[in-house]
Amino acid sequence: MRTVYAVAGGVSKFAKARPDKTFPALVKEAYDYMLNDLGLEHPQFYEIVDGSVVSYFSDHFARQVMAGIMVQDYLGLLPKPSHRVEGGGATGGICFQEAYKSVASGDMDVALAMGFEVMSYVNTWKGNEFIALASDTNFDYPVGGFYTGYYAMMVTRHMKEFGTTVEQLAHVSVKNHTNALYNPYAQKGLRLTIEEVLNSPTVSWPLTRLNVCVMSDGAAVVLLASEEGLAKLEKAAGRSLPKVKVSAIGRGTGAMRMSDRPHQSYEDFYRYNALPNEMDEDSRAYYKELWAKGFRYPGVHSFRSGRMAAKQAYERAGIINPPEELDFVELHDAYTSSEIQTYEDMGLCRYGEGGPFAASGKTFMPTVDYGLDLPEPSQIPVNPSGGLIACGHPIGATGLMQAVFAIWQLQHRIKDHFGNDTLQVPNAKRGAIHSHAGTGTYVTISILEREE
Amino acid sequence: MSDKPIKRKMEETEEGTTLFNVPFPTELTPEALQSLKNMAPIIVKDPYSITYIHSYGQDSPWFAGVANKVLLGSRQPETGYTYATPRGHDMYTGKENDWVVLPQEGRVHTFTVCHFGSETFLSETPFVLVLVEFEGADTLFLGRLLGVDPNEATLDWIGMKVKAKFRRLSKFKPTDVYFVPAEE
Repeated sequence: MRTVYAVAGGVSKFAKARPDKTFPALVKEAYDYMLNDLGLEHPQFYEIVDGSVVSYFSDHFARQVMAGIMVQDYLGLLPKPSHRVEGGGATGGICFQEAYKSVASGDMDVALAMGFEVMSYVNTWKGNEFIALASDTNFDYPVGGFYTGYYAMMVTRHMKEFGTTVEQLAHVSVKNHTNALYNPYAQKGLRLTIEEVLNSPTVSWPLTRLNVCVMSDGAAVVLLASEEGLAKLEKAAGRSLPKVKVSAIGRGTGAMRMSDRPHQSYEDFYRYNALPNEMDEDSRAYYKELWAKGFRYPGVHSFRSGRMAAKQAYERAGIINPPEELDFVELHDAYTSSEIQTYEDMGLCRYGEGGPFAASGKTFMPTVDYGLDLPEPSQIPVNPSGGLIACGHPIGATGLMQAVFAIWQLQHRIKDHFGNDTLQVPNAKRGAIHSHAGTGTYVTISILEREE
Repeated sequence: MSDKPIKRKMEETEEGTTLFNVPFPTELTPEALQSLKNMAPIIVKDPYSITYIHSYGQDSPWFAGVANKVLLGSRQPETGYTYATPRGHDMYTGKENDWVVLPQEGRVHTFTVCHFGSETFLSETPFVLVLVEFEGADTLFLGRLLGVDPNEATLDWIGMKVKAKFRRLSKFKPTDVYFVPAEE
């Protein structure tokens, strides 16, 4: 596999509705932002780029089949190779990884990953119906298909089994909405209190509205290149470009129906799923105790797909202790509860410890005042950008948005793009991006690293 | 005096207004053409509906079962692994499963109360979704729980004994079976 660099990216402003532009023009906005950042004109870039991957989740939302080629066409990238990928909420993360593979395999030297979603084309409740169609239409969708409901069932079980509280969930909401105040691309930066999160209207018990992401229109693009591709881009730009390497990708899958999720033994968990930082005697004893109390893995409270994606990515990147060896994580917080579940899958804490970990302060930015009394200092900022909850979740763009923010973090150029450096993770060297499809069906994790 | 909160936002609806023309420059001068770039977008209502001819395929006997007050599951004959939500083939052996009759009582594994929902189900809110566990089954079943107050949700509902009830007039939907609290 060849070395792959994440060279540049661009995002459109995410908003509830962007009726000012069609979806190809929305992608063009993110594409032009990226070109402007590189200092290249389209005709120059066209000479260098080898092809693209385009992602959007739902043909229903756009009501336009073959929307991917319309983006390639509108941007003036014909007749270069391209294809569309789709994988639910992880669509953007899959797009990033497929473009990565195009470069790593030697098929392309310069590959563009582009994603978008236009969810305002229907009302919120119809939009929820389209999303819920991503559940088994024989047995799940007709019972009352609603994604917030599915995730609420997971966290209800998490609360029962591990004592996780709604106050702990609310910490994630406060953190991500507050971070987003400093991100001009975010849809919904808010200064909130724990009480405001708890008292917002209940969507699906126990998840209130401020625990749930919103519908968005938006687009994002990421440019990936081999060493040769990077040299060509640098030659055209007439300057050296900051080096951010994609050091590893990982992916896992899970059962479409939550009811089908298996439950493994303690022994199998240690054989197949445990991470290197769970191999110590203390962790073994902790998990043995959980199994003795009737813990099921992954059960409905955890995502084995997310764990396997993490395991693969960490192994490939040589990461032994993720909370120590990663400087930040941009993860798929479609719900505050799924952020907590993902801490556990990614080994930032052990299974069952996500609630206290969320309220510990460890995942907060050291540079932001949240108006909370946090017991511990920042260790590994999670969703410094504001995440899906506050930035928005235009599905096909989301995983790429995370990549763009991660690239800017690792280039130490948050200030150039956000107009302030509040969200710059100090001295960021290595970060992870995590993209997730409901209800844990596809998860992608990619590790990005600054090369000095 | 009503105790309803004072509304500060007009509710969005989709009736719209029938419009047969919009403002447009009467003289197409270069300035007028240039000014078109500053126009607000035209947004139209565009309905779309579909009737699918949906087959339940190999899952069909389950729907016939609930229409006859029988709750079926799937079992892998070699290993005994039993699915409470039917599945034609086993995910471990890759072999075809057999049909088995499930008990009509189980326990709530987890639940939620949906106060909002997809458009199709919005009029039914608030409703309770439960994943039910059955004795002798390795996987769960998603259903609706009736007979509890949706405004009094509590984690104590987890573990509650529930029994299956069946619609008399089948709709051939998974909601032909639903659950109510059962005596311990």
